Amino acid sequence: MGDNLFLQFVQQLINGISLGSIYALIALGYTMVYGIMKLINFAHGDVYMVGAYVGFFAATTANLPFFPSIILAMLATGLGGVIIERLAYKPLRHHPKIAILTTAIGVSLFLEYTTMLLLTPQPRTFPPLLPNAIYHIGGLIISFQQIVILAVSVILMILLTYVVNHTKMGKAMRAVSYDPDAAQLMGINVDKTISFTFFVGSSLAGAAGVLVGIYYNSIEPLMGIMPGMKAFIAAVLGGIGIIPGAMAGGLILGVVEALISGFISSTFRDAAAFAILIIILLIKPTGLFGKNEHEKV
Amino acid sequence: MIKQLRKQDVIFLLLSLVIFAVFQFLMSERILTSFWRLNVTVICLNIILASSLNLINGVTGQFSLGHAGFMAIGAYVSAVCTMFFHLPFICSILAGAAAAGVLGFCIGTPTLRLQGDYLAIATLGMGEIIRICILNIPQVGGASGMSGIPTETTFPWLFGCMIVTLFVLKNIINSNQGRACLSVRENAIAAEAMGINTTAFKVFAFTVASMFAGLAGALFSHYFGIAHPSSFTFMRSFDIMTMVVLGGLGSLSGSIVGAVLLTFIAAAMQSYPEYRMIVYALLLIILMLYRPNGIFGDKELASVILSKWKKGGENDGTTAENK
Repeated sequence: MGDNLFLQFVQQLINGISLGSIYALIALGYTMVYGIMKLINFAHGDVYMVGAYVGFFAATTANLPFFPSIILAMLATGLGGVIIERLAYKPLRHHPKIAILTTAIGVSLFLEYTTMLLLTPQPRTFPPLLPNAIYHIGGLIISFQQIVILAVSVILMILLTYVVNHTKMGKAMRAVSYDPDAAQLMGINVDKTISFTFFVGSSLAGAAGVLVGIYYNSIEPLMGIMPGMKAFIAAVLGGIGIIPGAMAGGLILGVVEALISGFISSTFRDAAAFAILIIILLIKPTGLFGKNEHEKV
Repeated sequence: MIKQLRKQDVIFLLLSLVIFAVFQFLMSERILTSFWRLNVTVICLNIILASSLNLINGVTGQFSLGHAGFMAIGAYVSAVCTMFFHLPFICSILAGAAAAGVLGFCIGTPTLRLQGDYLAIATLGMGEIIRICILNIPQVGGASGMSGIPTETTFPWLFGCMIVTLFVLKNIINSNQGRACLSVRENAIAAEAMGINTTAFKVFAFTVASMFAGLAGALFSHYFGIAHPSSFTFMRSFDIMTMVVLGGLGSLSGSIVGAVLLTFIAAAMQSYPEYRMIVYALLLIILMLYRPNGIFGDKELASVILSKWKKGGENDGTTAENK
């Protein structure tokens, strides 16, 4: 009996990690944009939805296999992110934060309902891009899809860490997020850096969209709302603006959700995510990886 | 009880009486179609919600995104009062408002230590938690919602509650407490240095606003006869916030205009359901790009027309139409 419970626990842990790695991918986009612009990009969840649709059409209409589809989706959402930033956020950069936040909500609604208008609100079945193999390892069930999801997420995160820490653009990104004015004085092109950040963050969300499409087999125009919120919570949990924090936050959130829906009830899954958010905000508002900043006059 | 009324208040009251009379006539004579009668109701509810949220977001400068949660509390508590305890209508809506106010106080006290975006996320989370908790209480219908609530909200009730809300809020904004709230918005540290207990005033604004959101929720559930958890998602909080921002943060007349405008746009596009939300979203983006401070900024309509609006009088006479 105890053995059985333990097995179930490990099984939920595995499910949680694969779900969490998707959250982490979306959370990275939130955290990067917040880090550089101090903006909660509410449209980010919908960029992820667009990614899923681009992947869908790449796989069905163009008949592309898995890797070209995911790369196409990443490029498309990346460009989409840059366009959104240029048109909707850039003109408001020096205005009150609530104005730009309202625009973000507008962009989010626009993406959702335009997709609904063009592609009908009906859910679509995502084509099986990956073999449907299932491995039984000592009573545990692991699907090939879960392994691919985890592998793709880890590769993307390693790539991102490399870009941020070891390239010139990454250095510029860190400088702008630390102090945009000083960065500009040092000759960094702030506009270009912000656009690049949006490109990278949105393309990660696009990849997450394709992975979710493969994992759940179904996509629809409003699929981005809940994962968007969850990913945002993951970003706050890890400390918003901190890249390793978003990865850890995503994984923790995924595991907690899987455990709660496995052991308590799946209806409380969403409440659990928000409860984590409130607890972390009350105990350590800067997140698990965040440093406390003192208020300055 | 003869209290001195300011001239502007009298003008405002007369004006609202005229508006009330016109709409009451149009509604009772059935000149307005039932669709537009419904939308006039929704406009009244949205004005209560937007102007109360303005007290937090505009006047006190705190960023709350959880207004729908308090609306849900008001809707459900009042529905429980009328359906299970058979209280009269007025007691139920007052109970709904009071419950939302108490909860606002309980939630506000810990969360208002947070600032800016963190507060926004925390209040958004609180709103969602309230909704999910209601969703999991089978006694109030769970996911299928509560139906069969007596539909006792009539247009005079609604309009009366709206006028009371606006008067109370206007007087709060123009009182000592309102000035203290404004100072918190302008510079919290300087306000504290002047001896203002910033946390206390944030909680005060939050409690009052939650109370009115509860009132709106109570009127809502007793108008439609149902209370459903899906009516109180964070999308509704966004909607209300949009009205406040569009009208202008800190401007009561802005909130009224924002609520009327957005509800009207939503209603006018009703016959093109597939384009409705797209137009709404585009309008939101374009209006924000061209008027990032909202239509009114932080000015009042009356301060442009009547320069003497500033100091409000006693909140009397508002009950005259609250029959």
